[in-house]
Amino acid sequence: MKITVTLNGKRIEAEITPDMMLLDFVRSQGMKSVKRGCDTGNCGLCTLWLDDKPVLSCSTLAARANGKKVTTLEGVQEEAKEFSDFLAGEGADQCGFCSPGFIMAVLALKKENPNPTAEEMKEYLAGNLCRCTGYQSQYRALCKYFGIQEV
Amino acid sequence: MEQTKNKYVGQAIIKKDAKALLSGKPAYTDDFVPENALVVKLMRSPHAYAKIKKIDTSKAMLVPGVEIVVTYKDVPKKRFTLAGQTFPEPSPYDRLILDEYVRFVGDPVAIVAGKNEACCQKAMKLIKVEYEVLEPILDFKQSLDNTILIHQEDSFVGHDGQGTDQMRNLCASSEEIEGDVEGVLAQCDYLVEESYHIKAVSQAMMEPFTAYTYMDVYGRMVVQSATQIPFHVRRIVSHALDVPKSKIRVIKPRIGGGFGAKQTAVCEVYPAIVTYLTTKPAHLTFTREECFTNGSPRHEMEVKIRLGADKNGKFKAVDLYTLSNTGAYGEHGPTTVGLTGTKSLSMYYGLEAHRFAYDVVYTNRLSSGAYRGYGATQGIFALESAVNELAHKMKIDPIKLREMNMVHEGDKFTHYYGESATSCALDKCVERVKEMIEWDKKYPCYEVAPNKVRAVGMAMAMQGSGISGVDVGSVALKLNDDGFYTLMVGCSDMGTGCDTILAQMAADCLGCDMENIVVFGVDTDQSPYDSGSYASSTTYVTGMAVVKCCEMMMKKIQKAASGILELPMEELAFDGERVFAISDETKGITLPDLVTKLQAGTGEILYAQSSHTSPVSPPPFMAGAAEVEVDLETGKVTPIDYVACVDCGTVINANLARVQTEGGLVQGIGMSLFEDILYTDKGYLMTNNFMQYKIPTRIDMGKVRVDFVETYEKSGPFGAKSIGEVVINTPAPAIADAVYNATGLRFRSMPITAEKVFMALQEK
Ligand code: FES
Ligand code: FES
Repeated sequence: MKITVTLNGKRIEAEITPDMMLLDFVRSQGMKSVKRGCDTGNCGLCTLWLDDKPVLSCSTLAARANGKKVTTLEGVQEEAKEFSDFLAGEGADQCGFCSPGFIMAVLALKKENPNPTAEEMKEYLAGNLCRCTGYQSQYRALCKYFGIQEV
Repeated sequence: MEQTKNKYVGQAIIKKDAKALLSGKPAYTDDFVPENALVVKLMRSPHAYAKIKKIDTSKAMLVPGVEIVVTYKDVPKKRFTLAGQTFPEPSPYDRLILDEYVRFVGDPVAIVAGKNEACCQKAMKLIKVEYEVLEPILDFKQSLDNTILIHQEDSFVGHDGQGTDQMRNLCASSEEIEGDVEGVLAQCDYLVEESYHIKAVSQAMMEPFTAYTYMDVYGRMVVQSATQIPFHVRRIVSHALDVPKSKIRVIKPRIGGGFGAKQTAVCEVYPAIVTYLTTKPAHLTFTREECFTNGSPRHEMEVKIRLGADKNGKFKAVDLYTLSNTGAYGEHGPTTVGLTGTKSLSMYYGLEAHRFAYDVVYTNRLSSGAYRGYGATQGIFALESAVNELAHKMKIDPIKLREMNMVHEGDKFTHYYGESATSCALDKCVERVKEMIEWDKKYPCYEVAPNKVRAVGMAMAMQGSGISGVDVGSVALKLNDDGFYTLMVGCSDMGTGCDTILAQMAADCLGCDMENIVVFGVDTDQSPYDSGSYASSTTYVTGMAVVKCCEMMMKKIQKAASGILELPMEELAFDGERVFAISDETKGITLPDLVTKLQAGTGEILYAQSSHTSPVSPPPFMAGAAEVEVDLETGKVTPIDYVACVDCGTVINANLARVQTEGGLVQGIGMSLFEDILYTDKGYLMTNNFMQYKIPTRIDMGKVRVDFVETYEKSGPFGAKSIGEVVINTPAPAIADAVYNATGLRFRSMPITAEKVFMALQEK
């Protein structure tokens, strides 16, 4: 089947199979920032935006993106810079494999709730796993980004 | 002694690859797979133990898009190991790419390669296999001398000195005794005799096992893989395919975490044989389920301890015996187990006698491997728990008991290759942790609400810094136009930041900006040989190679300048930017000018290479303390606060050392409280996804706080030791003791789940 998607601001038409996942679709279009870390929708590595709302692209059919806006980290480089710099400053990008999905979730939170409490922030991001850092350095970066007092 | 003038070493330098990784640039293995690569899938055994009587692939071959189906009949018959270790590997050669026998649920039966995943899945359903189902050994305590043999093949190769005996299901065995253990134990006023059980927890790095292979223009096979051990992978693939190493090139791009899992060539041989047989590119990524069912987890172990002390609490003797479960194959079997003794007993000083013995057995479980801590984690959980139990028995503060017995700088280690503690601030680490957690105020516990108790517990830990006399780190430096350097390394940065750490060292040695150091690694055709990134070796071993290499480079620069300036070398100095005459600083040449001249044919192009092996493996030390809250109604244990203080010698990168520590601690917390491995009675691994195998999320890990006490290790680069592994070792014993302090319940196996605590509270 054919779908039309606005991928990172560019309108594209593509031929897909009905069972293709959005994750595989965006990667096949060169958006390699989107990673797969599981088969069960539990890791958050594949987070991207569908019409500006964060979704798990591993469990979203590519067909569902038809006529919609799909945004990956490649499409929000400017917007992501401030938070990415905080992450880098803390050394919170250890292997970096979880970073793109995590950053997309953080930017989505910022839009939905620019001034979250520490609890709201952690709750919102709980589905984004990281095995390297133990989350503490991510937490320090998040506190700086959202202007939250570290506890 | 102290290095104070360093511009980069000791600073919180941002990782060299941070920008690329944080902007999502293609960097990892799967980001570069050629579009025409065949998709490789593995058909796996449903039985824990079986012989393949018949296998018919003819129907599968007819599926459109399928390129090849490989069975045991098509693979070389020479056995090898997938363990990434220095040759000759201690691990037995007990593997084939595919075998007539399958030895655990998930053991590959056939390799299918085709145009896409769908055709491979379809083909796998059409492969007809007739099995002779055999009775398996699933309980490792039943394995030794069982009538069921797991490796009966004649082609099995055990290696000398490991105590391997295939006819007893024995992968390795050893016993070392010093002093009259029984005699001394008999005289002790206090004795703790217990056994502790550690399960086969999974590394669960975020990037799955993955590799792709293709033939290059010279007819050589290129393996691009997420590996910690590129040079070992070259050898392993050459063994597996039975082709010369010269025909293989291994490239390691960025890696999405390893923690030891990728110190075993878990997936590389499968696409490799597909490419070998078809000459086409081939790609295999494990699903998350396969990472669990066919990965390379921690060795399950049972550690039995007898710890004896006199009436004052002075330790007199320890008897430590470990039974380790290597699973169906012996990867890292003979070596992990050794650390249960060396890295636990050596934290304590002045024992009159000790025995350390072990058996490593085969079972019909998935093969174990290397996981951060590598046996030390298991041994330390056992011994530190025993020490805590002794303290309770004696009604003495566990910290006081440790202060009486721990090793100090200058002491000869109890059981550590005859080495002494050349740098050791274990005492200071314990002191610091005591303050950080407010031990005296909180020990043993306090009530926060009716039925909610908070309690503290602590433990100490050590590890090594590389494998002494075995690990080799090499680097090479090229001096280029404009005076920038290329630092070529053979160690694998797997997120650990070693590329950055080594560049920091090089920049300080050479007196240049970090921008002037370009790091390149790893490509076995171009990088200098390195045994790989494991055993906490990179900073300590490869770091020293960097220091040596920089010294050589500086000499070469001065020599080249001396020719051009026509001045003797002894009269010249180099400040990183310019070589000049000591007597008259106006006479000199800048580095860029020097290179320009050399590249115009007035001298030799400057290149230096150096390697390093350390005769010793100075341990990093640490102490950790946990504060947990136990809900006495539900049994739920909530981590509140974890504090740790580490002595890793000189801290080379303040950020990366901290983040390593935090990450290791949280993995340790996960293993203590949530991460569980459950099998059915047929040997099927049920906890095979992140829903069932729960690693910590950011809401259930509590607070983690880290501090450092620096020592200066003379044998290490800039005084550094290692940090990567030691940090996972304290949470299990510390949390187990905190739970005891809250409830009076002693848990001698992990994880301490709410169900277990609840059940135990009911029985109490
Ligand atoms: S890949 Fe794990 S949640 Fe999508
Ligand atoms: S940095 Fe490696 S998984 Fe998060």
